[in-house]
Amino acid sequence: MDHFARLGLPAALDLDAAALDRAYFTLQRQWHPDRFVSRPPDERARASAEAASLNEAYRTLKDPLSRAFYMAELAGVDMPGDGRTIDDPDLLMEAMEAREALHEADTPGAVDQLAAEARQDVQKALAGLGSLFLANDRVALRKALLRLRYLDKFAEEARARRMNLDRSNA
Amino acid sequence: MTLLEIHEPGETPLPHAGEGSLAVGIDLGTTNSVVAIARDGKPAALHDETGRALVPSVVAYPDAGGVLVGDEARAFTASEPRNVVASIKRLMGRGAGDLHAVAGVLPYEVEPGTGEIDMVKLRIGGKARSPVEISAEILKALRTRAEAALEKRVERAVITVPAYFDDAARTATRDAARVAGLEVLRLVNEPTAAALAYGLDKGSEGLYAVYDLGGGTFDFSLLRLEKGVFQVLATGGDTALGGDDFDRAIAERLLAERKHDGLADEVDETAVKSALALARHMKEQLSDRHQTSGRLEIAGTPSFHALTRAEFDAMVATPVARTLEIARNVLADAGMVATEIEGVVLVGGSTRVPLVRAKVAGMIGKPPLTDIDPDEVVALGAALQAEALTGGGDTLLLDVTPLSLGLETMGGIVEKIVPRNTPIPAQLAQDFTTYEDGQSAMAIHVVQGEREMVADCRSLARFELTGIPPMTAGAARIRVSFAVDADGLLTVSAEERTTGVAQRVEVKPSYGLSHEDMADMLYDSMDNAEADMNLRLLTEARVEARRGLLALDAALKKDGGLLSAEERAAIDAARMRLETAMEGESRDEINAAAEALETLSKPFAERRMDRGIREALSGMSMGDLESRVGD
Repeated sequence: MDHFARLGLPAALDLDAAALDRAYFTLQRQWHPDRFVSRPPDERARASAEAASLNEAYRTLKDPLSRAFYMAELAGVDMPGDGRTIDDPDLLMEAMEAREALHEADTPGAVDQLAAEARQDVQKALAGLGSLFLANDRVALRKALLRLRYLDKFAEEARARRMNLDRSNA
Repeated sequence: MTLLEIHEPGETPLPHAGEGSLAVGIDLGTTNSVVAIARDGKPAALHDETGRALVPSVVAYPDAGGVLVGDEARAFTASEPRNVVASIKRLMGRGAGDLHAVAGVLPYEVEPGTGEIDMVKLRIGGKARSPVEISAEILKALRTRAEAALEKRVERAVITVPAYFDDAARTATRDAARVAGLEVLRLVNEPTAAALAYGLDKGSEGLYAVYDLGGGTFDFSLLRLEKGVFQVLATGGDTALGGDDFDRAIAERLLAERKHDGLADEVDETAVKSALALARHMKEQLSDRHQTSGRLEIAGTPSFHALTRAEFDAMVATPVARTLEIARNVLADAGMVATEIEGVVLVGGSTRVPLVRAKVAGMIGKPPLTDIDPDEVVALGAALQAEALTGGGDTLLLDVTPLSLGLETMGGIVEKIVPRNTPIPAQLAQDFTTYEDGQSAMAIHVVQGEREMVADCRSLARFELTGIPPMTAGAARIRVSFAVDADGLLTVSAEERTTGVAQRVEVKPSYGLSHEDMADMLYDSMDNAEADMNLRLLTEARVEARRGLLALDAALKKDGGLLSAEERAAIDAARMRLETAMEGESRDEINAAAEALETLSKPFAERRMDRGIREALSGMSMGDLESRVGD
């Protein structure tokens, strides 16, 4: 059973966050181990497994980025493993320039600015995924998702850099 | 006449689930413990005859025999110091390897454990006793108090633990309860319990935070409340931080003032204790006054001291700012901003400090929730959960893992399998593969922590998966599964999946982190995120280069004849340069050398491929082929 089916939701890129929460809470009310405290061990084990699957489904679908990757997986897009070298020259260039800019940014304001730009790029790229899924353009999907993965990592690096700056200024 | 009840198989009620037995909530604290009961959604702490709810977490084994707990135990501190144990919670689930962390902090002899349960033991009252049995004495005393107050048997409990408590400490807490004759319905994280106490009371909805500042520890948790569901979104903390630091700051000032006045004190243990006692008193006075004063006597010489709220605020500004920084990081983890918080629950005696309240209020733009006693709020929440679990409520607690769990991979890099703040119960798996041809075993090393390198994380367990059938490097698929149950307890298993020769190994980590270690490790990871990333990239470059060299060596051994002497010399030289670069610290140099080697050996690779194709197509003999290549 895929994660969408498990939660009884349509396999949509723009999943309604409130609907996801509702479905998740309703099913957890049924399966959470706390509901099985005085039940026999085999029922407790089953409930624990169900609750764990629900948590996995929820966690995967909650974040728009991980949801997009999951949908790509379902659509048969072949994604390279995390941490592999970037094989897209355009993205490589973009990544190198952004890293350099981050390295040179030496005020919290400058770092925040870069992080905000990265977040905007993520939003834009996410919005563009819909039509690629519709057209089932796997090559373009792969390219767009790799770029999203990179942008997300960059935002994380910007956060680490920001914390280091705060610390050295404190 | 009573009718006989008939139950479906497996549905017989538990023997202890009868009417006569009650389920309580217990806050088993480092300094104080509290027991509470909830009925019809209304929790109340249980008091002793003199009206006190707090039981000091102190146990005494007097020379005269017997066991005492609480204030009665503390009374022996002066006369029989070696027979009294305090702060035992710090040692729950800790092994010999953890002792350096508490060395010099504890006033009693500690001896490493022996045999199967490798937990430390204390030499108390002339006997080696484990933290589990000492904690069990506190739980027994709480149980006795509850039974006296309720006039009923108490056999089941929800017990709270710090969000950062690791697997071993949670197991040890469960064991202590068993020794005390209590069935643990659930271990609940302290901040979650505190939120429960407020949430159920007020029917609140939205995003809430729990700010827990105790004597020596700080925790910050973020929860979402919705229609009886308590969803923990993220949690974080630091334990080099707490009210004890505030006392120390004041005490140092007192001693400095005496020195300034020309008093030549010998600052020994007694002097420090006296200064700290006055400091604590002054701090408490400043909670509802703007100035205070006191008299300090050291070695018969008195001195008089005054302190204003403003002076005190300036002294503790730095540690208070630290707590806010941690809070902001937890918010960032959850992808939230402070203004989205509906309310902050304050837990722990140190949240009575006005500066703390003001700063917390300033961060979220509204006054914190303070109407439940911060010393009792955790036990009250535990009592509510105990009632909910025994059929009396409709609340649902969805908690998370506080620290990431992962495996050691090539080069000492941590591969995170269960990231921190993953909802529990959780079942996550990842596939790994072999690194060398014919590799028959794989070492599995389970670690906990946020850092990128194994050496900076906490080792939880090691085992070896053996009997992997001979395959080329990278062909085996070894699936390692991590299961974290609703109490936060971890089980790890591994199996090889391609050949059907499946072997499962289950491991329960024996003992692990202290509360303090965990907070320190989290804090470290924030400090070192940038350096860690660079080290990780360097290590990855080395591993990648090593993989390339192994493949090249294998190819040269098999098809080295395809190369001319000059070509071979050039490849060998490039190979040497790469090996030198790998010993250095520059990722760019390693990558450049690896690329140069790859470019040089490209024609070789092409020739090998051609040969493979031609062999396949025409079935030509090796001899024919070699002579043609040689032309």
